[in-house]
Amino acid sequence: MSRKITIDPITRVEGHGKVTIHLNDQGEVQESRFHVVEFRGFEKFIQGRPYWEAPVLVQRLCGICPVSHHLCSAKAIDEIVGVSQSDLTATAVKMRRLMHYGQILQSHALHFFYLASPDLLLGIQSSFDRRNIVGVALDYPDLAKKGILLRKFGQEIIKVTAGKKIHGISAVPGGIHKNLSLSEKNLFYQGGEIPTIHEVMKWAQETLEFYIEYHKKNKSWLEGLALCQSNYLSLVRPDGAMDLYHGVLRAIGPNGERILDDVDYHTYLEHFAEDVKPWSYMKFPFLKKLGIDRGWSRVGPLARINTCDFIPTPLAQAALEYFRCYHGSRICHTTLSYHWARLIELLHAAEVIAQLLDDPDLQQSSLIVTGQRAKTGIGFLEAPRGTLIHHYEVDEKSAITMCNLIVSTTHNNEAMNRAVNAVATQYLKNNQELSEGMLNHIEVAIRAYDPCLSCATHAIGNMPLHVSLFNSQGHLIHERYK
Amino acid sequence: MKEVSFKIDGKTYKAPLGENLIMAAKRNGVYIPTLCYLEGHPCLGTCRVCTIRVNGRSMAACTLTLTENMQLEVNTSELQDMRKAIVELIFVEGNHFCPACEKGGDCQLQAVAYAMDMRVARFHYSFSPYRIHYEGKNIILEHNRCMHCKRCTNLFQDDQGYKIFSFINRGSKTRVMIDLDREKLLSAEKLREAKQLCPTGAILLQGGGFDRAIGTRQYDQRPIGVIPKGEK
Ligand code: SF4
Repeated sequence: MSRKITIDPITRVEGHGKVTIHLNDQGEVQESRFHVVEFRGFEKFIQGRPYWEAPVLVQRLCGICPVSHHLCSAKAIDEIVGVSQSDLTATAVKMRRLMHYGQILQSHALHFFYLASPDLLLGIQSSFDRRNIVGVALDYPDLAKKGILLRKFGQEIIKVTAGKKIHGISAVPGGIHKNLSLSEKNLFYQGGEIPTIHEVMKWAQETLEFYIEYHKKNKSWLEGLALCQSNYLSLVRPDGAMDLYHGVLRAIGPNGERILDDVDYHTYLEHFAEDVKPWSYMKFPFLKKLGIDRGWSRVGPLARINTCDFIPTPLAQAALEYFRCYHGSRICHTTLSYHWARLIELLHAAEVIAQLLDDPDLQQSSLIVTGQRAKTGIGFLEAPRGTLIHHYEVDEKSAITMCNLIVSTTHNNEAMNRAVNAVATQYLKNNQELSEGMLNHIEVAIRAYDPCLSCATHAIGNMPLHVSLFNSQGHLIHERYK
Repeated sequence: MKEVSFKIDGKTYKAPLGENLIMAAKRNGVYIPTLCYLEGHPCLGTCRVCTIRVNGRSMAACTLTLTENMQLEVNTSELQDMRKAIVELIFVEGNHFCPACEKGGDCQLQAVAYAMDMRVARFHYSFSPYRIHYEGKNIILEHNRCMHCKRCTNLFQDDQGYKIFSFINRGSKTRVMIDLDREKLLSAEKLREAKQLCPTGAILLQGGGFDRAIGTRQYDQRPIGVIPKGEK
């Protein structure tokens, strides 16, 4: 008799999801589903609102990466007011970039230190009530302190560029409404409550080194868990450099072959379609060229490390070279290497912030440009979790008539389902019970992607874990909560 | 003008006879929350947010003038809660989603709610159903945020002295409307005045808001209800 297992809720990811595992008559895993069951409907209720509200309203999707939505939406709305990215003033672009890299820094620090490190440092089998940031702080006080301060630094960067740490309002159609005053700039050099930019760069490097040592010591399980060959998708700068704010769209296959060869992201509808499954509010985007089964891609830190030719800052470039050398190939498929890739990006973000803080353009006063009104605006951005797409249609009265949001986590949907499937298959091979070990490993595999389910369904809530097991007739035979 | 004595919450103050109670209290450093009332203009008496007790009766302070020996109760916990309830009712009647409203930081309704420490409304939301009115050349009316205070209909005039805002429909269906022919001719300055006059985010302008940084908006700089010494 076939069975179905559900894991619900899953903890330490943003949002709420559950897992069901379906067994066939032989008791083998037939299919695993990562359900995302929240619904918010931002795409609908933004309709009818004036277009300039979009960057402020849509960012309310998320409390973790609102800056990504704010900026991606602003990029799309720039086009509604007839302003392309190259038309923006230097101050506007650099302020937005500074805000964005501040966001990358704080979000990656949040994920590594608060969400991932409890599993990695305290052990997947460690007791549940200790496996959290407090447990990390007790065993690794210095590391936890640096993690907290790195995140704080990123948040302060967001505050001075966006107006506040969460849900700022500074990116407006055609530019930005504030520059960086010298006193704001000095906050990041003087130390005190927040570390200096030099300390941040040093700590980012130390954390990466710490992780690499950890990875080497735990190579076998880190490199074996939820292994998955996939396509990878991200923006890159037209010269192939990593660029998290703007660029062209590159998709590569498992061997590095180009599927999308640096195309203009405005053509995304020609390349992408979305599949819908009745059991999840999260859609499944895929590359039309390859179809539903083969066209899904992974996005986020590992994808960007794989797609880019190089990283345009020296420390992160050296880290990238070491990463590629260590894995022994140009393309890395190791799911848990998302963590390593994320820390390379954290270092890159620190380096970019250091360059930007030093740039006198940030003190200039030319902030906003205007152009000829248009009906369509499309924005792309590399959010901490991957490629983010905002697309708006606006009528001549200024009302938004259509909004399409494809968020990073959505691209990783198929990969997360496969990760769950891989772990379940491994664990249920000789045993039909839901072991604690299996539940823990499913969580860890999903968490590697740092999914934000609130964003993905434009939904709200805490992410808990509930697993259920169903037979072929659809009867629940076993379930467990964590 | 002759000064008279009066009492607020048992304390004796002095102010000119016949002065509006809001101003008489302010002169003495006592803040009475208001929304429809606009200093220097005739009272509208529509919102009731300034409800106080005068000689034992609940009344809207903006509608009254000072007389000798008036006994006012302003900051009893019951009155504070009553005023807060009125503000909450304004919130639930419309769709005042401050986080995405461009009037945030400049909005008097938001500022008063902050001053009253309103965290959440105790009443059910009525889910105001209106579409945004985009028919004007420059003015956009977000009916879901109109609290029917009558500031725009009674106090706003174009450069020729015409009133261009009016109410249509009756009762719960009352909505503010504009004279589209006259609206077309409003100067940029007049348009800004109309937007500022509205105590909420119901009157918006084409081309957008969010034009000032957090920290530089009206109520970021000085929360409502803080009366500096010089203004008493
Ligand atoms: S539009 Fe504004 S000013 Fe006019 S009645 Fe409504 S709330 Fe008052």
